[in-house]
Amino acid sequence: MSFEWPWQYSFPPFFTLQPNVDTRQKQLAAWCSLALSYCRHHRLYTLDVMEAQESPVFNNKKIERKLSMEAIQVVFEELRKKGNLEWLDKNKSRCLVMWRRPEEWGKLIYQWVSKNGMNNSVFTLYELSNGDDTQGEDFHGLEEWMLLRSLQALQTDGKAEIISMDDGKGVKFF
Amino acid sequence: MDRFSWSNGLLEINETLVIQQRGVRLYDGDDKAKMDVGAVLLSTHRLIWRDVKNQECCISMPLSLIIFFEEQAAGIGKSAKIVIHLHPAAANKEPGPYQNSKYSYIKLSFKEHGQIEFYRRLTEEMTRRRWEEKPVSQTSPVGPQAGRTRAVGIVGIERKIEERRKETDKNISEAFEDLSKLMEKVSLVFTKWCFNQQAKEMVEVSRSIANKIKDKQGDISEDETIRFKSYLLSMGIANPVTRETHGSGTHYHLQLAKQLGDMLQAPLEERGGMMSLTEVYCLVNRARGMELLSPEDLVNACKMFESLKLPLRLRVFDSGVMVVQLQSHSEEEMIASALDSVTDKGSLTAEEFAKLLGLSVLLSKERLLLAEKMGHLCRDDSVEGLRFYPNLF
Repeated sequence: MSFEWPWQYSFPPFFTLQPNVDTRQKQLAAWCSLALSYCRHHRLYTLDVMEAQESPVFNNKKIERKLSMEAIQVVFEELRKKGNLEWLDKNKSRCLVMWRRPEEWGKLIYQWVSKNGMNNSVFTLYELSNGDDTQGEDFHGLEEWMLLRSLQALQTDGKAEIISMDDGKGVKFF
Repeated sequence: MDRFSWSNGLLEINETLVIQQRGVRLYDGDDKAKMDVGAVLLSTHRLIWRDVKNQECCISMPLSLIIFFEEQAAGIGKSAKIVIHLHPAAANKEPGPYQNSKYSYIKLSFKEHGQIEFYRRLTEEMTRRRWEEKPVSQTSPVGPQAGRTRAVGIVGIERKIEERRKETDKNISEAFEDLSKLMEKVSLVFTKWCFNQQAKEMVEVSRSIANKIKDKQGDISEDETIRFKSYLLSMGIANPVTRETHGSGTHYHLQLAKQLGDMLQAPLEERGGMMSLTEVYCLVNRARGMELLSPEDLVNACKMFESLKLPLRLRVFDSGVMVVQLQSHSEEEMIASALDSVTDKGSLTAEEFAKLLGLSVLLSKERLLLAEKMGHLCRDDSVEGLRFYPNLF
């Protein structure tokens, strides 16, 4: 299944940061959703700003337009404000992209647990992300840091408890 | 140099000073005169030279001795000079610094410039020959038998103006017998005035004609009035508001604003309701002809539009560009038309839009920016330039 570009992607003004405040807000919203859906489609969890500029998301070769470095920073900052992005360094050159926020992931995992009647059971993290049982689930193949974040979110809600095991971490759902 | 006599440097009763120039050295023919550098004074009667240090040392020479004079351009290390060729001195001449001279000409060497102006004034005086004028006194008979009286003082000026007015009045009433004849007449009067008289007087005539037209409006058809008025206008504003007629400061600007309001209405309508201030400036000054406006006065007058409730407005765009626009010229309409054009073409640059509307690029860009500001357009700023698109966001 190939990625479906939104209509804005072939609209040249999309690649110029609009000076009009209202227009810019809509433009940024469109950029955020495009960036997130692109990452989701390609299952990307981290982004490098320099690389991002050359990636097809921000560089439409067909209409010969690309988003400037500053504009990309603005888009990323917007994503950060919405809680979908976290910088990995102070220079803001690499970032984590969370096309689903930890709470959302946690909810998905907890739903799966409840559906299969596995409350009060203990899982290793590996089991959750790479085990046979979770095959076909959205969170299958989730990177460990993300998985841990989601479980931590569940823990604050009192729906799970992360426990240390001899060869790593495990989790118990309530 | 032997034409000069010693002088006390004071002017006679009827004599007036025309021009004075410092740093002038006298030459007896080709030789430097024994005097130092001094000031040369030109009066209506005499050429006077005075030593710069020793004010007592002052010599003069009547202008009537001058045959002709010429300029000698400056060269390397040489000041510009005026060579003055002279008649022999009168036998009963007062004594001067030179008893005799082998030359029949002198030179004025201008160390500190000023020769151009001096030359001009000297030429003027030599043609007017005011030294020949007899002083107006009891000796000259005054009365109707004297024929044309000499006009002196304010009364004289008034009399002259009156005479002139009568003449133009006569011309006008004759001319009104036939408008086509009037056209010829006026153009004749104008050409004559153009060449002979000061521009101010020309304006005066056009004003009096304009007034006459107003008075006799009933006698001639509207069409003809318009034709005649446009004829006058192409010559200039009939009665320009000037600092002389309306003083300085606010009052002047107020009057100016009113006049601008009248004259800009038509051109503005022709140009779609908006003109850049530069364009207005050119147009106004072209119409005024001689009484030119300064940019500052124009801006100040334009600022008065609103308080005077004139149908014009001075508008300053965000970019600082100033335009004069008709009040009726609505912004919404302007934006709508910009949006229409852009939607029609898909996208437009300011240049393309200008071509489409026949506007200046500057103004068309302002319109596009305005439409963008209102959220109707959005921009694509790329290496190819700034293009505007309909706002699809």
